[in-house]
Amino acid sequence: MIERDVTIRIGGEAGMGLESSGAGFAKALTRGGLYIFGVPDFYSRIRGGHNFFTLRAASQPLYSITDPVHLLVALDMETVRRHGDEVVAGGAVIYDAKETLPDELKRSDVLFVPVPLTELAKEIGGRDIMRNTLALGVVAGLLDFDVSYVESIVRDNFGKKGQAVVDGNLRLIAAGVEAAQPYRADYPFRLHAVAGAPQRLVLNGTQAFAMGALAGGCRFVSGYPMTPGSGVLVWFAQHGAKYGAVAKHVEDEIAGINMAIGAAVMGARALVPTSGGGYALMVEATGFAAMSETPLVIYNAQRPGPATGLPTRTAQADLLFMLHAAQDEFPRFVLAPGTLEEAFHVGWEAFNLAERYQVPVMVLSDQFLADTFRTIEPDALDFDAVTIDRGALLSREALDALTEPYQRYKVTESGVSPRALPGHPKAIWVTESNEHDEAPRINEEAENRNAQMEKRMRKRDGMVQEVPPPTWYGPEGAEVTFVCWGSTYGPLREAVDCLNAEQSGRANLLHFNGIEPFPPVAEAALRKAKKLVAVEGNFTGQLERIIRVETGIVMDGAIHRYDGRPFRPEYILANLPPAVSGKEA
Amino acid sequence: MVTRDDYKISEKPTWCPGCGNYGILSALTRAFVEHGIAPHEVIVVTGIGCGSKLPQYMRVNGMHTLHGRPAPIAQGAKLANHQMRVVLVHGDGDGYGEGLGHFAHETRRNPGVTELVQNNKIYGLTKGQFSPTSEKGKRTSTSPSGSAENAVQPLALAITQGATFVARGYPGELNHLVWLIGEALEYPGYALVDILQPCVTFNKERAYDYYNGRVYKLEDEAGYDPANRTAAWERAQEWGDRIPIGIFYRAEPGLTYEAQEPALKAGPLVAQPLAPLAQEQIATLLADLT
Repeated sequence: MIERDVTIRIGGEAGMGLESSGAGFAKALTRGGLYIFGVPDFYSRIRGGHNFFTLRAASQPLYSITDPVHLLVALDMETVRRHGDEVVAGGAVIYDAKETLPDELKRSDVLFVPVPLTELAKEIGGRDIMRNTLALGVVAGLLDFDVSYVESIVRDNFGKKGQAVVDGNLRLIAAGVEAAQPYRADYPFRLHAVAGAPQRLVLNGTQAFAMGALAGGCRFVSGYPMTPGSGVLVWFAQHGAKYGAVAKHVEDEIAGINMAIGAAVMGARALVPTSGGGYALMVEATGFAAMSETPLVIYNAQRPGPATGLPTRTAQADLLFMLHAAQDEFPRFVLAPGTLEEAFHVGWEAFNLAERYQVPVMVLSDQFLADTFRTIEPDALDFDAVTIDRGALLSREALDALTEPYQRYKVTESGVSPRALPGHPKAIWVTESNEHDEAPRINEEAENRNAQMEKRMRKRDGMVQEVPPPTWYGPEGAEVTFVCWGSTYGPLREAVDCLNAEQSGRANLLHFNGIEPFPPVAEAALRKAKKLVAVEGNFTGQLERIIRVETGIVMDGAIHRYDGRPFRPEYILANLPPAVSGKEA
Repeated sequence: MVTRDDYKISEKPTWCPGCGNYGILSALTRAFVEHGIAPHEVIVVTGIGCGSKLPQYMRVNGMHTLHGRPAPIAQGAKLANHQMRVVLVHGDGDGYGEGLGHFAHETRRNPGVTELVQNNKIYGLTKGQFSPTSEKGKRTSTSPSGSAENAVQPLALAITQGATFVARGYPGELNHLVWLIGEALEYPGYALVDILQPCVTFNKERAYDYYNGRVYKLEDEAGYDPANRTAAWERAQEWGDRIPIGIFYRAEPGLTYEAQEPALKAGPLVAQPLAPLAQEQIATLLADLT
């Protein structure tokens, strides 16, 4: 049983400022010593519709949101209509007193808290939108959360706008707390701050990956905005220059990846952030990076497709696409971090792998990982572990000492050729998109083709040793092993905990972060399992298929989700296949 | 001192005898030599097509890339190492067809790139289909009843988009072409030299016979002022009995794409040391997350 496990859901129309309010409150709770898991659920529109932000808080680390809602903050009646049923018995609904609560939405087991949000916001703050701040005061008041942490966020967020703005917001919070006062005795849930907690971090997957990339020496980012991949481009545009990194928003995705390749040939560690549809435009250039053996990191924050699909929602359906993108065959890495910690780690390691093997490295994130906020320990982003390894890059001194003509695509045992950056008088060479010989000149002879093709493919021998192995969570020898990749790790981990809480030794999970090249230790790990169930955010079971192709292992069951919503532990438990649940299909 | 020998290579071009690309290759080499540019100080970025094989036929750094994409690749190269000269060379199908979008954006961006277009108004390497600069009505294998489109107007488009050095050359006037390329190389911003490249095999109607006697030099034209943008835009569309070559438009370039980039104030990107972040930098990053 997780202590102080409370879920707050804030709902309203797009444009009501839900995301910034949610993120602000997430920070306040973290400062108050609690762990949060915050998930935005937004439609692809700027105004109107129905958006909500779910914030789960507890006194231990969280990996998912769960179904029960303890406190619903309804900035409009649509929120009560859609989420009223999700509130647990004893829970509460905060709504604007200017609205009339229709009889059919009333529940006798839920506390309704009408607060004149708009009226007070106008009276105290002068603007409607400030009712969010007021509502957060009510939330803090009802949950008896130490309001000073909320106030500290207000000071930080609004400090730049001047004391008057800060004071206005502080008065709104005080008014909110006061409005909650008469209801507190009738509301059983509490989120008391934990004293003496270390100063933990709260961030999302976009930030974790971007910081990892920066730490790993990424100095060139070019791309075109596409939700949910834009976050990384925006992050670098806002922070990069301070650290000497160029970030360019260019005319389209094709320009984005080609610019990055141009920069990478010259020697910059280059990154292209996008989402699946944007990556579709980058496919040809991926082949150019591969043929020219240019190190490049491609980040795809997946969303449901095809085409425009569900722009602001999540999916894990681009795995096979990335694995096979571009014509013919060439080695590549496909990595799929599951947590913020892994996203940070992959962020820097991707650049080492790209340069060590002079190949494209593809990082698969998704909207769920990219946009979800989570509290982690102060040292969870392991900056000390970061190394910058440029592989077979020739130094200026090494080039000065060259006695033979430089050969960019020299055939070597490892398949990796020593790389010179353009600009040295002893290493004058052409990056080639045509098949080429070692020099390189364009060369179409069969013998040469085989030599170069085999050289490129030989890199896999080294790559396969470096791909991250799958990781276990849960008790050894469990009755069922769930298999997942990427962001499904978190919700699945909580589902595994639930199953083991019912009956110990029931379940464990095997999480794939490295998928291509297929990690050689994976087969032995999979063969340890008594029963295997794949859990993936796609229709056909893409990792499942890869495992079958690579190992011949067939899953005993699978759980798929493709409605654009992230997995939750309850969804997994409700969809257990017959092989696990023992129930008839 | 830089000499022509520095650019010499044993590789023989795969171009047809009489191809305009020989003149362009020769003019580019001569311009490099005349302006004291050594092969390691420059990178020649090309697309895909007959002419784009050019960096294979001289001893120079090159990037032989993808059809339609050399422009963004060249801009990325320049951003990564702005001390290096970046010369972008490609054909009309490449830059005005597949890559027209990139061209339209590049010309409003002022990257420090010198762009030379081998404009033969035909697809050569795929054996003679009409190109974006073919004149309307051109009959080819893919336009048996005549092409339906107006020709792209690259010079007028570049001027419209804000390019500040816009020129046209002709290998039949080789010394003039050498001079033009030199002026473009010395220009401190984006410079376009569109080159009328005779294709003697697949576009015989637009070979030397057509251009000789039609081309005239703007520099010899009394009263022509290349600083006059409106006049340049009008002249850029002159085609027929008289075909202008020379510098159509030349103005103050303003800051380049690279010079406007804050991260490059300390020098070229690739010259900056690449080391793990310092403790205070990490502290700054983490401060945003607490």
